[in-house]
Amino acid sequence: MVEEKEIMEVEAEAEAETPKIGVYVCHCGINIKNTVDIDVVRDYAATLPNVVLSKDYIYVCSDPGQEMIKKDIRDGAINRVIVAACSPRLHEPTFRGTCISEGLNPFFFEMANIREQCSWVSDDKEKNTEKSKDIVRSIVSRVNLLEPLEEPEVDIVPEALVIGGGITGMYSALDMADAGYKVHLVERSPTIGGHMLQFDKIFPSLDCSACILTPRMVDVSKHPNINLMTYAEVEEVGGSIGNFKVKVKKKSRYVHATDWEYGTRCTGCNLCADACRLKNRIPNEFDFGLGKRSAIYLPMPQAVPAIYTVDSEKCLLLTRGKCGKATLESTREAIKKRARGEEVTKDELPPCVAVCDPNCRDFDMEDEIVDLNVGTIVVATGVDIIDPATQPEYKYGVYPNVIHGLEMERLLAPNGPTGGEIIVDGKVPKDIVFIQCVGSRNRQTGYEYCSRVCCMYAIKQAHLIDERLHGANITILYQDIRAFGKGFEEFYDRIKAEGIRFTRGLASEVYRKPGSDRLVVRGEDTMLGEPYEIEADLVVLASGLKPSEGVEKMVRMVKLSQSADRFFLEAHPKLRPVDTAVDGIFVAGGCQGPKDIPDSVAQAKAASSASLIYLTTGKAKLEAKISAINKELCTGCRICEALCPYGALEYDTEKKIMKVSESICKGCGGCGGGCPSGAVSMKHFLDKQIYAQIDALTEGLISTSS
Amino acid sequence: MGEEKEEKEKKEKIKLAFYWGATCGGCDVATLDIKEKILDVVSIADIVLWPVAMDFKYTDVEEMEPDSIDVCLFNGAIQSSEHEEIAEMLREKSKVMIAYGSCACFGGIPGLGNVANREQIFKTVFKDTPSTVNPEFVTPQTEMIDDAGEKLTLPEIWDTVKTLDQTVDVDYYVPGCPPVVDRINDAIGIIAKYAETGELPPKAAVVAFKKALCDECERKKDDAMKIKRIYRPYELTEIDPEKCLLEQGLLCTGSATRGGCGARCIKANMPCRGCYGPTSEIKDQGAAALSAVASILGIEEETEMIEEGIAEEVDELLDQVKDPLGTFYRFGLPNSRLKRVIINPDGGKED
Ligand SMILES: Cc1cc2nc3c(=O)[nH]c(=O)nc-3n(C[C@H](O)[C@H](O)[C@H](O)COP(=O)(O)OP(=O)(O)OC[C@H]3O[C@@H](n4cnc5c(N)ncnc54)[C@H](O)[C@@H]3O)c2cc1C
Ligand code: SF4
Ligand code: SF4
Ligand code: SF4
Repeated sequence: MVEEKEIMEVEAEAEAETPKIGVYVCHCGINIKNTVDIDVVRDYAATLPNVVLSKDYIYVCSDPGQEMIKKDIRDGAINRVIVAACSPRLHEPTFRGTCISEGLNPFFFEMANIREQCSWVSDDKEKNTEKSKDIVRSIVSRVNLLEPLEEPEVDIVPEALVIGGGITGMYSALDMADAGYKVHLVERSPTIGGHMLQFDKIFPSLDCSACILTPRMVDVSKHPNINLMTYAEVEEVGGSIGNFKVKVKKKSRYVHATDWEYGTRCTGCNLCADACRLKNRIPNEFDFGLGKRSAIYLPMPQAVPAIYTVDSEKCLLLTRGKCGKATLESTREAIKKRARGEEVTKDELPPCVAVCDPNCRDFDMEDEIVDLNVGTIVVATGVDIIDPATQPEYKYGVYPNVIHGLEMERLLAPNGPTGGEIIVDGKVPKDIVFIQCVGSRNRQTGYEYCSRVCCMYAIKQAHLIDERLHGANITILYQDIRAFGKGFEEFYDRIKAEGIRFTRGLASEVYRKPGSDRLVVRGEDTMLGEPYEIEADLVVLASGLKPSEGVEKMVRMVKLSQSADRFFLEAHPKLRPVDTAVDGIFVAGGCQGPKDIPDSVAQAKAASSASLIYLTTGKAKLEAKISAINKELCTGCRICEALCPYGALEYDTEKKIMKVSESICKGCGGCGGGCPSGAVSMKHFLDKQIYAQIDALTEGLISTSS
Repeated sequence: MGEEKEEKEKKEKIKLAFYWGATCGGCDVATLDIKEKILDVVSIADIVLWPVAMDFKYTDVEEMEPDSIDVCLFNGAIQSSEHEEIAEMLREKSKVMIAYGSCACFGGIPGLGNVANREQIFKTVFKDTPSTVNPEFVTPQTEMIDDAGEKLTLPEIWDTVKTLDQTVDVDYYVPGCPPVVDRINDAIGIIAKYAETGELPPKAAVVAFKKALCDECERKKDDAMKIKRIYRPYELTEIDPEKCLLEQGLLCTGSATRGGCGARCIKANMPCRGCYGPTSEIKDQGAAALSAVASILGIEEETEMIEEGIAEEVDELLDQVKDPLGTFYRFGLPNSRLKRVIINPDGGKED
């Protein structure tokens, strides 16, 4: 009569043991007691369904408090626990532990928050007491329906991935590698070092940046546990904590970095770059075009690794198939001949290959995809400066003597395009004006936050300029000087004393003085309430910081969230600053928010230590409160599939139903709300449990059941 | 029931009652769609009440002993004092009460009356419709004295339509507007087995499938569901007969509707309207269908949009759903959490 799938069914209630609920009402010293009548709440709790005992105590979380609960469990008096006290954020883990120690499933514990949600809200003791009763009643109704849950465990692959090779990524990688774990460090530019490699000296200590950075760069490249992949990008991240599956694309450099079939590799001798037909013709992006490079290049002399990269968009051989008389074909053949020790003529090879002694060039080299399996990931993709053209009134890009802070860094750096001489547009400036907060703290540009480093870097740069150009007139136009870090205020005081002028009031406009190439900076001194017009040979725009290019791609790929300022969102702003919503993925350094170097390094170390917890224990507990899909009900309608922000849902094309990956699901509930056939249930937040709570809270008002 | 009694029932024909509340009559007609199988029914059962087909008086039923009817198939919703009275009476006289058809199960089309109240319905039906000429606005009364001075009464129509199980205890449900032949045969099978062995399925069983309609539907779904625009069937010049209708932007409620109907509408290239009601785990079919649609109504590149932009797009998308209540709650308003639209004393609708 009834076909196979014509199942006639009713909700079969699983036979469960009768709950014996113990309610423990906490005074929290005076925190709750002063504004809630504890005795009334305790006695009321005792009248609720299946509550077998109800007690009160001054600090339930204290040792004796917990012991009271343990004893009741041990004596078999109770098998469900409710503590009416503070927020579950604070003590849920504590009391879950209490249950575990007595062998009770921790998901039979529930907190009734009568502190944050009640006693602290109002002083009206009578009303608070009533509200506490409501809260306890609602929790009791839920606890009556709780089901035990297990937290699944996964093994951790003992390898880590670090994305971004700035100071943050480097330190993070070094710490984990030193601890004995294999670390894959992926950096998209041809060198590691990040922005710090572009600086001359660093505030507030005025250490030489290269001196403290480059040795660490070498450490990274030499470390036996670090697999450094520069000029590479992460293309795909799948899997979940303990076993992320990552695809990395190593872009072709057309230069062999490691031993290849002819046993040769780039030694970083620079002969090729020197010989290149396009020498000094291509703007070097590392210097923002202030300096020029060849089509085969190192971004800067101390780059690590010291492996040259062919710019495939510029190289004549790659773009036109010919460089001088040499063609791609003749070059290929000649490289092979040389490897065999045969003579080649000059015309067969472009000059850069001709001079290459190790013969490490390969014009057929292709991008390579590397598959990695890692247990944890640290994202350290850093920052970019906010494009100064977001404030067009400052004429960046219009006048050559309006530059931004990073360009100034390159001008100051001895390894920069001018060898550390301050020459702009062919001249040495005398009157120099810094404009602060460019892009930042500005509703119009959309970057409302303070970038935290630009006050200090401008002060640093002013000092360095002053040191080199004696007698220069330097003015810093600011709205507030933010010198909050260790040693910052002292540094600021010291530089002020050196005669740098600080004028409060940002510029409203920069324009060129008619008939000259000097600039006029106009604005209002908000201290004196007077307008100013300052003439300058050079205007430096202290641009703020924003997340580095490609952050959106990273967000999608790694399933991270961003805060309103577009920096990566941490799991908790105070207590979990480097964790993210995705277990096993951490964020550190500039990509989490504007930061100076010491703070970036601190986070790097925090992230590596957080990651090491997983790597060293080799295990991770997964969330138990996740989504479950009822095979008997799921029709495979695929409505929920795109709802999951973590990609935990996968359609089983064979069985034609949806599957949840336990290790990826965070239990956010997104899919549960979408499933139109009720096939999705959220463990620990089952519909019946929630409705029971609502019914209990709205007793006598409305009814949700039926 | 006791063993001996069961034994006895095996031999005797069982007693069957059909009744109708607020309904179009389609369920009764559909029952005849089973064709010659109706003879099987007659061979095992005596029909003691069937207003649409046979002549009985309520008093005939009134005089019966409690539990003397074996199975009562009740179609139609409860919208008047008469419906309630008879439902209660039949419940008392019947061992098994079956809600038969979507109106009895969920309120059905008459249930849409819950967007208005009696006064408004009377005004529309007895005054405002273009074909009505009723200058004195005569409306049904519950009592009148006729010329002979005799008091005549009529049942009272209510403001709110209810389901059968909001009125009396219901044992089984046979949904559908109307139920399809296969499922009616299943129901008869249950009755036949009962007549023969006294065995019954567990209480509250629904004579349909457990899974939603998508399971029966053979249309293709190649990707995670996402739609950009909602269409009404007439707006599309062509509806792809192979592809999921929802994916084509048609508001098919199949994913929120219990299967068992044989996907008849779908096979005719028309979206499911939800007459088989929600699955066992869903309390509110309309809300489930609505949130499903909200879940897939894609705003492209949502993450890169500013908030005001999203709000605007959402409004625009939602405007494409014409008559949301009639779309999502077509058969289930009385059975939903909303139950009805709340109406101000002055007759205006509350938001
Ligand atoms: C003009 C200026 C002057 C400054 N001066 C000082 C100073 O004197 N003292 C101080 O303490 N701080 C200073 N700072 C701040 C300092 O730059 C930052 O604190 C520091 O750079 C943060 O390091 P990081 O590694 O987090 O990011 P970054 O230095 O930005 O490094 C990020 C790295 O990740 C790489 N990357 C980005 N995206 C990807 C991707 N998708 N895949 C792979 N790799 C990627 C980048 O190429 C880069 O190498 C200054 C900043 C500016 C703008
Ligand atoms: S650090 Fe200084 S210059 Fe930078 S945004 Fe903050 S206040 Fe403005
Ligand atoms: S609850 Fe659902 S939507 Fe949320 S993470 Fe789990 S599977 Fe994804
Ligand atoms: S929405 Fe529900 S029925 Fe549809 S695929 Fe997801 S779990 Fe299955």
